[in-house]
Amino acid sequence: MASSAATPKDLPPAMLDVATSIADWVVVWPIVLPMVGAAILLMLRNRTEWQAPFSFAILVATLLANFSLIQTVFTKGTLTMTMGNWLPPFGISFTADSLGALFALVSTVVMIVVLFFVQSEVEDRETKYGYHPLMLILLTGVSGAFLTGDLFNLYVWFEVMLIASFGLMVIGGRKIQLDAAIKYGFINFLATTFFLIGIAYIYGLVGTLNMADIMVKAPLVENGAIASVAALFFLAFAMKAAVFPVNSWLPASYHAPDPAVSALFAGLLTKVGIYGLLRVHLMLIPQSHAQLQIAFMVVAVLTLVLSPLGALAQTNARRALGFLVMGGIGAMLAGLAFGTPYGIAGASLYAVHSMLTMTALYLAVGLVERMGGTSDIRHLGGLYKASSPLSILFLILVFAAAGLPPFLGFWPKLTLLQAGISLTTQKDPLAVYHWWVIGALLLNSLLTSIAGSRLWAHIFWRNGREGKQSEIPNANIKPLDRRGFVWGLLPTMALVGIIVVVGLWPSLYIQAGFESAKSVTIFSPNYITSVFGENSQ
Amino acid sequence: METALAILIGLFFTVAIYLLLSRSLIRMLLGVAILGNAVNLLIFTIGRVTREVPPIVPNGQYQPLEPIANPLPQALILTAIVIGFSLFAFLLVLTYRAYQELNADNTDTMRVAEPEDSPRPPLSY
Repeated sequence: MASSAATPKDLPPAMLDVATSIADWVVVWPIVLPMVGAAILLMLRNRTEWQAPFSFAILVATLLANFSLIQTVFTKGTLTMTMGNWLPPFGISFTADSLGALFALVSTVVMIVVLFFVQSEVEDRETKYGYHPLMLILLTGVSGAFLTGDLFNLYVWFEVMLIASFGLMVIGGRKIQLDAAIKYGFINFLATTFFLIGIAYIYGLVGTLNMADIMVKAPLVENGAIASVAALFFLAFAMKAAVFPVNSWLPASYHAPDPAVSALFAGLLTKVGIYGLLRVHLMLIPQSHAQLQIAFMVVAVLTLVLSPLGALAQTNARRALGFLVMGGIGAMLAGLAFGTPYGIAGASLYAVHSMLTMTALYLAVGLVERMGGTSDIRHLGGLYKASSPLSILFLILVFAAAGLPPFLGFWPKLTLLQAGISLTTQKDPLAVYHWWVIGALLLNSLLTSIAGSRLWAHIFWRNGREGKQSEIPNANIKPLDRRGFVWGLLPTMALVGIIVVVGLWPSLYIQAGFESAKSVTIFSPNYITSVFGENSQ
Repeated sequence: METALAILIGLFFTVAIYLLLSRSLIRMLLGVAILGNAVNLLIFTIGRVTREVPPIVPNGQYQPLEPIANPLPQALILTAIVIGFSLFAFLLVLTYRAYQELNADNTDTMRVAEPEDSPRPPLSY
C-alpha cells in the first residue's frame, strides 16, 4: 500500500503519495461510527426518545463495517490505514489483522444485544445523563484497542474505554456504585499508568511505537532490557484482565452497576487485557514469552483453580459470576503460556466464547434479579416455576461456561488441551509442568460446573428460600412484565441462540480462531508488509 | 543531566507508591497525581535529553541540518498529561461524592460493595 519510491509530486520522501483507497477505510469504520454516533447522541441528550433508535442504527452500521472488515482481512490478509499522510512509522497506523478484527466483531455483537437489554431497565433520567453515548464510547475504545497498530494509540484507546466505563459504573449514583467505582477506578487507572511506563521504556529501547516497527527492531535489543519491559506489560495487562494476584477489584465492582452494564464489562473489558497480553508477548516482543513462560503458567494455574472456588463461596449471584469470568481469564492465560499456534487459537477462541457467554450469564442473572427482587441466592428460589425458559437458558450458559459439550465453551477448552498435550511430548525443560496447566484446565471445568449448577439449583430448582422454608413456594417472585419479556428475555435468548448454534456447528468459529492465531505468529511478516509495503522485506 | 533526572524520577515513584499504599483516599489521589508526573518525566528523559534546538526543518529541506531536540516525547507527554488530568479530575469528584454518600474516606470503612460480615454460602445442595 505504501510506496517510498521517489515521487513526481512535490512531496517529501516520508509522505504517502497516494491517498488510502476507500476500500481500505473499512479499518477505521468500526471506530469512527460509534465515536461520531456518541458525539451526536450527546448533543441530542434531551431527546430521550431518539437515543435508543439512533444507537441501534449506529450499531447496525458498525456491525456491517465489522463484517466487511473481517471478510476483507480473512481473504486478503492484514489491512493497514495510516493517518495524516505520513509514511509509517511516522504516521499513526490502524492495522486490522484477523485477531483484532475477530474480537472487534464479537464486541459489536455483544454491544447490540446489551443495547436491546438496556431498553428493559433504563430510566429516563439515566438516558438523559448519557447512558447510550457512554455505551457507544465504550465500544469505540474497545474496537480502537483491537484495531490500532500503534502502541501509544493503544494506551489512548485504553483510556477512552476506561473513562466510558467509569461513567457507566456510576450512572444511577447508588451508594454501592460509588463504592465500587472507587476501587475499580483507582486500580484500573494504575494499570494503564503501568502500561504507559512500559511504553516509555520500549520507546527508549527501540525508538519507535509503531507495532510493526517494534516487531522489526525489538529482536536487536538485549534480552535483559526486554525482560524488564515485558514484566511491566505483563503486570499492566494482568491487572486489566483480572489475573489472580491482581484481581480483587473485579469481584468488588462488577456486581454494583446495572445488570446490563455488568454484562458489558464482563464481556468486553477483561478481554482487552488478554488481547494486550497476546499482542505484546507473542508478537511485539516474542522473546519475552520464553522469559515469562513460567510466570504465565503459575498465574494461569492459580487463576484457573482459585476463581471457581471463589464463586462457590459467594451468596451474591452476580459476584459469583465475577469469579467465573476470572476463571475464563485463567484459561486464556493458559493458551498464552503454551504459546504454540494451537495455544493461541485456544486463547482467542476462548476469548470469543467468554465475551458471548459471560455477557449472556450476566443478562440472565439480571432477569433473575428483576423477578426475584434480590441477587442473594439464599433468598431466591422457585424461579423455575415462574419462568422455565429463563432457567433453561441459565443452565445452558452454565454448561457453556464450564466447557461441557456440545456448547460453545467446549471447543476452546478442547483446543487448549490439545495444545498442552502436544507440548508435553516435546523436548522442553518445561514439558512436565504443562501437565499442571492441563490439570488446572480440567479442574476448572469441574469446579465451574459445580459452582454454576449450585447457582442454578438455588435460584431455579429449589422451591423457596434457604433453610426450613425451602419447600414453601417463594412469595417474592414477580413474573416478568411485557417490557422485561420483550427487551430483556428475548435478546438474552437470541444471544444464547448464537452460543448454541455456534457450539453445534463450530467449523467457522474454529477456523476463525486458527486464522487469528496465524496472524499473531506465523504470518506476522504479513503484518509488517501490510504496514510498510511489499518492498520493505 | 540524565542521572539527576533518573534520581528525581525514582524519588517521584517512591513517593507516589508510598502514598498509593495508604488507606486514605486523599493520599491515594495525591499519589496518583505524583505518579502521573513521574511517568511524564520518565517519558521525557527516555526520549534522550538533548540540546534545546527547536525541531524546525529549514525551508526547502526534508531533514533538519543539525541535531535537534526530540519532539515526539513532548507530544506523548502532552497527550498523557491531558488524559491523566481528566481522569484525575474524575477520581477527585468521585472521591468527594463517595465521601458525601458513604461518609468515608478510608478504604477500610468503605464496605458497601463487599460487606464485612458477608454471610456464608448456603449449605444445601
